Amino acid sequence: MDFVNAIVALTNFVLIPAMTYGSQLALGALGVTMIYGILRFSNFAHGDTMAFGTMVTILFTWLFQSWGISLGPLPTALLAIPFGIAGTALMVLATDRVVYRFYRAQKAKPIIFVMVSIGVMFVYNGVTRIILGTDDIRFDDGERFIISAGDFKRATGLAEGLGLKTTQAITVITAIIVVVALFWFLNRTRTGKSMRAYSDNEDLALLSGINPERVVMVTWLIVAGLITIAGVLYGLDKSYKPFTYFQLLLPIFAAAIVGGLGNPLGAIAGGFVIAFSEVGLTYAWKKVLGYAMPEALEPSGLVQLLATEYKFAVSFMILVVVLLFRPTGLFKGKSV
Amino acid sequence: MNQTVKTYALFALVGVLILMTGLFQSWDYALKLVAMGLVSAIMALGVNLQWGIAGLFNVGVMGFVALGGMAVVLTSVQPVPEAWSAGGVRALLALVIGAVVVAASVVVYKRTRSALMLVALLVAGFVLYRWVRDDAVNAIEAVNPAATGYLGGLGLPVVLAWPVGGLLAAGAAWIIGKTALGLRSDYLAIATLGISEIIIAVMKNEEWLTRGVKNVNGLPRPMPYEIDLQSDPAFIDRAANWGLDPTSASTLYVKLGYVGMFAVVLVILLVLAQLALNSPWGRMMRAIRDNETSARAMGKDVTFRHLQVFILGSAICGVAGAMMTTLDGLLQPTAYQPLRYTFLIWVMVIVGGSGNNFGAILGGMLIWFLWIQVETVGPELMVWATSALPDGSALKMHLLESVQHMRLLTMGVILLLVLRFSPRGLLPER
Repeated sequence: MDFVNAIVALTNFVLIPAMTYGSQLALGALGVTMIYGILRFSNFAHGDTMAFGTMVTILFTWLFQSWGISLGPLPTALLAIPFGIAGTALMVLATDRVVYRFYRAQKAKPIIFVMVSIGVMFVYNGVTRIILGTDDIRFDDGERFIISAGDFKRATGLAEGLGLKTTQAITVITAIIVVVALFWFLNRTRTGKSMRAYSDNEDLALLSGINPERVVMVTWLIVAGLITIAGVLYGLDKSYKPFTYFQLLLPIFAAAIVGGLGNPLGAIAGGFVIAFSEVGLTYAWKKVLGYAMPEALEPSGLVQLLATEYKFAVSFMILVVVLLFRPTGLFKGKSV
Repeated sequence: MNQTVKTYALFALVGVLILMTGLFQSWDYALKLVAMGLVSAIMALGVNLQWGIAGLFNVGVMGFVALGGMAVVLTSVQPVPEAWSAGGVRALLALVIGAVVVAASVVVYKRTRSALMLVALLVAGFVLYRWVRDDAVNAIEAVNPAATGYLGGLGLPVVLAWPVGGLLAAGAAWIIGKTALGLRSDYLAIATLGISEIIIAVMKNEEWLTRGVKNVNGLPRPMPYEIDLQSDPAFIDRAANWGLDPTSASTLYVKLGYVGMFAVVLVILLVLAQLALNSPWGRMMRAIRDNETSARAMGKDVTFRHLQVFILGSAICGVAGAMMTTLDGLLQPTAYQPLRYTFLIWVMVIVGGSGNNFGAILGGMLIWFLWIQVETVGPELMVWATSALPDGSALKMHLLESVQHMRLLTMGVILLLVLRFSPRGLLPER
């Protein structure tokens, strides 16, 4: 019985949260990797674009709620996501038109793009804070749990509960759908193929008649979609706060680089590597070990390897290790 | 207009802006603005050394500034004897063990190239480190947690903390530089961003060292307290000679003192930076920045030079961070925000003119002025702009509340405009 309890506790406190967080990071990292592959720079405004998309979605969620529209057990925000994506798409396309296109025409160095993206970051930051403020906002509604810990305990008679939040299930399912759709698009459609061609070899792609502005536009549209979905899922699961979204930049970058910049498959793998290490290293293992180990060996302390505040350190350490030993990432990414 | 005239004119403009602040708002406010402006100018000087002269993209300024702040606590606060006897030596021993383990792992890996050995060594070292550290830290944090709960500092004069802050930042920069400088330019950016977040996390979490989120206040000051001045008869007499009442005279005196000290530091650093820029060393750094490959072909050790200038620039940021914490009299780890301490400094360097030391200083003063004034003038503008709306309407309330975030937007727009229309900044590199 102890063994089953250990598995249940492990699933409840480590596996499910890490799966959820990993899916959110993977979607975010896919966005970073797409921008890197096509536009060839690291977008520092990524976290704030995510906050912007979430903000638009929240506004539409509130609008729908005031009209009395809901999805029953599911959060209303799911209904608002398409509108959030549309808003974000307009914003990033406008930004590209006003800001980035000028530097693209000049063929500016990547580092100039990075700097410009810092300016964009400031602007987005200001916009989201002016509209929604800096406070924590929770916007999930509908059924909170699919299985609550208490129900699980009563049903199975185990000492440990296994809770599954609706938002966690939605996150993983949505992430799978989005990733499948993205890979289908990149591998099967003409536009997707032209994007990959452009990413692999710009000059060759231009010679074969691919319109670069169209590729860039489609990229921004996809990024707007990915990032809004990632932001809304994160917000549903935890909460929306502009500063937290800005800080997500680091694990997202880490995920994209660990997987190999410019490689979509790597971004997904990287997201999960980062998420599982973050949760695993900052979780207090006392409970799980207490069940799994014979009584004589039971730990006395919390067996928490790192305090929760050090979760950034975890993604950073993994990043450094990968960069030192495999500079192109786990899956072969670009190295310019 | 040639550049010398332009330099004088722009600095005169900053002077006029500050004078107007003094005349129309208050002199106390103006002096406070100048003091922080000088600190910002020093930070901008450090970043300019890295970016403008060597082309290194460091977005971890916040971390180095915070290390400077930590140096103030470690140097100037009186030690807490009970905490030291409870576990001070053991906690320091744990730090030494941690450092030795990391160093030993690096050496072993370089010799054997065995990843298995490296991992084994690190894991064993980590267990040993936590075993030594945990009891000591718990004992220290248990000593009178409401008032101390940390080791305190060395009790030295607070001005000594400024060079110490530079040294701490230089040490951190050495570690980062060793790992990240050989990599691509945007990897360095991400690495520095990460390390600055980690430094803040350490300061928030290691309560035995910095009191963490409980903050350290009442830090020693290089200037006397206003209250003491106001009860000093000699000072009251002098104030009366100047026709000032003791209260405002004391605040002005203290602020002027800080401004004077900061100005001295800035002038020293500026002279050094100018000498460096115009020396063979400076020409070599710019040659490396402009064409790394050809510089390498000329026999320059690019990696070493990058490391060198990265350490120097970071040390300057550390000094500035220590000065800032001295001015505040408070170490508050939660107050370090990347937008304010990293990216704002970048705006200063870009706007001022990267590669030009005077430009960095101008940018530091000017952008700091705007950053502060947008906060004061912004709400007044908003009150005026929304005067047509009915009182108590939700939109009006919201607009008035959110006006404080206008300055992020303003800074972003300024940065984008400068990058687009005047990418070399107000005072371009010569």
